[in-house]
Amino acid sequence: MTAIPLSWWVTVATALFVIGLYATLTRKNAIAVLIGLELMLNSANINFVAFNRYITPNQVGGQIFAVFVIAIAAAEAAVALAIIIATYRRRATVDVEDIDSMKF
Amino acid sequence: MEQLINWFANILENTAWWGLPAQPSAAIIIWSVYGFILALVIAPLAMIVLTWLERKIIARIQDRIGPNRAGPFGLLQAVADAIKMLTKEDITPTGADRIPFNIGPGLAAVAAILIYAVIPVAPGIIGTDLNIGVFYIVAVGSFGVLGILMAGWSSNNKYALLGAFRAVSQLVSYEIPMVLSLITIAVVAGSMSTVTIVDKQSWSNGGWYLVAMPVTFLIFFLSSVAEVGRSPFDLLEADSEIVAGFHVEYSGLKFGMFMIAEYVHALAVAALTATLFLGGWHGFFVEQLMAASPVAGAILGHIYFLLKVGVIVFILMWFRGTLPRFRIDQLLDFGWKFMTPVALLNLLVTAFVVKLFQPAVTGMGYNIPAGPLASFGGVGQTIALLVASLVVAFIASLGVRAFARRSRSQSPLRAVAGIEN
Amino acid sequence: MTEQIIFFIFTLLVLGGGIGIVTTKNLYYSALFLSLTLSGMAGYFVLLNAGFLAAVQVVVYVGAIAILILFAIMLSRRMMTADEPQTNRQTWLAAIVSPLLFVALLVVVLQINWPLSTAAPTGDTLLLLGLSFLGSYVIPFEVISVLLLVALVGAIILARDTSTDTGRKG
Repeated sequence: MTAIPLSWWVTVATALFVIGLYATLTRKNAIAVLIGLELMLNSANINFVAFNRYITPNQVGGQIFAVFVIAIAAAEAAVALAIIIATYRRRATVDVEDIDSMKF
Repeated sequence: MEQLINWFANILENTAWWGLPAQPSAAIIIWSVYGFILALVIAPLAMIVLTWLERKIIARIQDRIGPNRAGPFGLLQAVADAIKMLTKEDITPTGADRIPFNIGPGLAAVAAILIYAVIPVAPGIIGTDLNIGVFYIVAVGSFGVLGILMAGWSSNNKYALLGAFRAVSQLVSYEIPMVLSLITIAVVAGSMSTVTIVDKQSWSNGGWYLVAMPVTFLIFFLSSVAEVGRSPFDLLEADSEIVAGFHVEYSGLKFGMFMIAEYVHALAVAALTATLFLGGWHGFFVEQLMAASPVAGAILGHIYFLLKVGVIVFILMWFRGTLPRFRIDQLLDFGWKFMTPVALLNLLVTAFVVKLFQPAVTGMGYNIPAGPLASFGGVGQTIALLVASLVVAFIASLGVRAFARRSRSQSPLRAVAGIEN
Repeated sequence: MTEQIIFFIFTLLVLGGGIGIVTTKNLYYSALFLSLTLSGMAGYFVLLNAGFLAAVQVVVYVGAIAILILFAIMLSRRMMTADEPQTNRQTWLAAIVSPLLFVALLVVVLQINWPLSTAAPTGDTLLLLGLSFLGSYVIPFEVISVLLLVALVGAIILARDTSTDTGRKG
């Protein structure tokens, strides 16, 4: 039995998720929205690995899921940043409030 | 003394979690502490010895003498350089972000020093025996990249920013062949731990990996030299490239930190190459001496390790004195279009050969039958890997020949000289 | 006891970095705080007996994603502009809803009786991960490879500078 109960891990993960949610909802810059998204994905990772450690310590299912989440987050960040750079090239802004129509 | 050891062991109460056995004996504690201190101390020693060595060797290659004023044979030149660097004015440009400006060089230096934690210097002497040893090395390399980007952006200087972009593209591009060659070594050794990799290079297990996988050695060595930023890949820091690149605005001790980071990283690359390919501390009589007296065996292991590291360091300085510098587009082409496909092909072929020679493994709920040629053992695997490496090298050379032919036929000189291909 | 101290230090890094991300006006500092948070997460993974995952976190998140975000920031702004306020009109609403959501989630989750296991954690997660990736989880593994290839090609095509194309094919 370790000195850190599972509830602490879940609390930290929830706090990080809420911080990420706040960052996604309140920032104007598209890249800042992406940063909040990465925080939310990381909080899910903490949950996966913590549950893996405390409920099935002899298996690694949670860690495998966490690896998949990291890979998907990497792919999503790459494509999202490519879109942001392309948008900046055409409209000279990355403010999400200004990019509100498909027609340029 | 007994009480001291008990107190220390009680502090490490969860020692199994830290990697030491529970209730370690005095000998184990002393060896572990020595390995830990060695990992920390190598960095400053590297700086002092390497700067002197580099200037002398390059001077001799260039047919001159090198520093010989400060002390006998110029041995105190490093001290003179350090004093000069400490007394220079520490300039922070106006408009520069203070905190990333100050942290950048520190991060680059720390990332280089952290590599020494997983290098086995002698049998039993290592900073810490991680089971993900080589992957840890890739991970700490990423911190150095972050430090360079912080340094370039916070200098508030267009040229520093462009230099930082080019530096980061070079470092990120050459991480991929490096990681692929490290995976190849992990496949052959069956483990990512550096201690296991060194153990597998004993004579009975097939000998050094340099003999077994020369192509992997070349890929790893060249991409590591590119990662460090030494010649011929040193456009990161050359004085004539974008006005010295990302550290143009640094002066005094912060600039010294970048220099320290580069030399420490270069020595770390040499130590890594010696560990992964040249057999680490293996040599004549080390195992016999270890059985007789561990301390004498460890000292002999140290000596062999230092010799191998010295050879690689000399090769690094030889590169610097002889080869001209790559241009950024030539460098990126070389990394992406040549090194990465060759590294992938090498990994495929090596995995195939290892599967052929694999001894049967059972346990942990799986049962892998032995490969068809497993009876030939380690030496047979080495010979087969050597043949496979030569095949990969031949295929790579075909690619090089096609590229050379194409670039010759497009050369503007052809029209002038009227040369037929 | 030592574990709790280490947990506390890494929590300071992770949550401190998170709070830094949402409170700073400078987007560049947000990205640097993100790197701090991601490095703290790697420490968490080591505490949770997931050493390989910690190294993967550093290599992929800090060494690639954070650097990519920094690149995108540098390529999409002029140098060192005075920063206009980074927050939009929803700030007050989000500031009320987020703590409410936090409290609601905590109340629900902390009441659940998790089936905790007291078995000792496995020592060699690397071996188990390798077996699983090529054993029971081989299909998602291959799908992820294809996904990464698609993302790679797609990102290159999306970010390509088409203003210098001369209309010549490939």
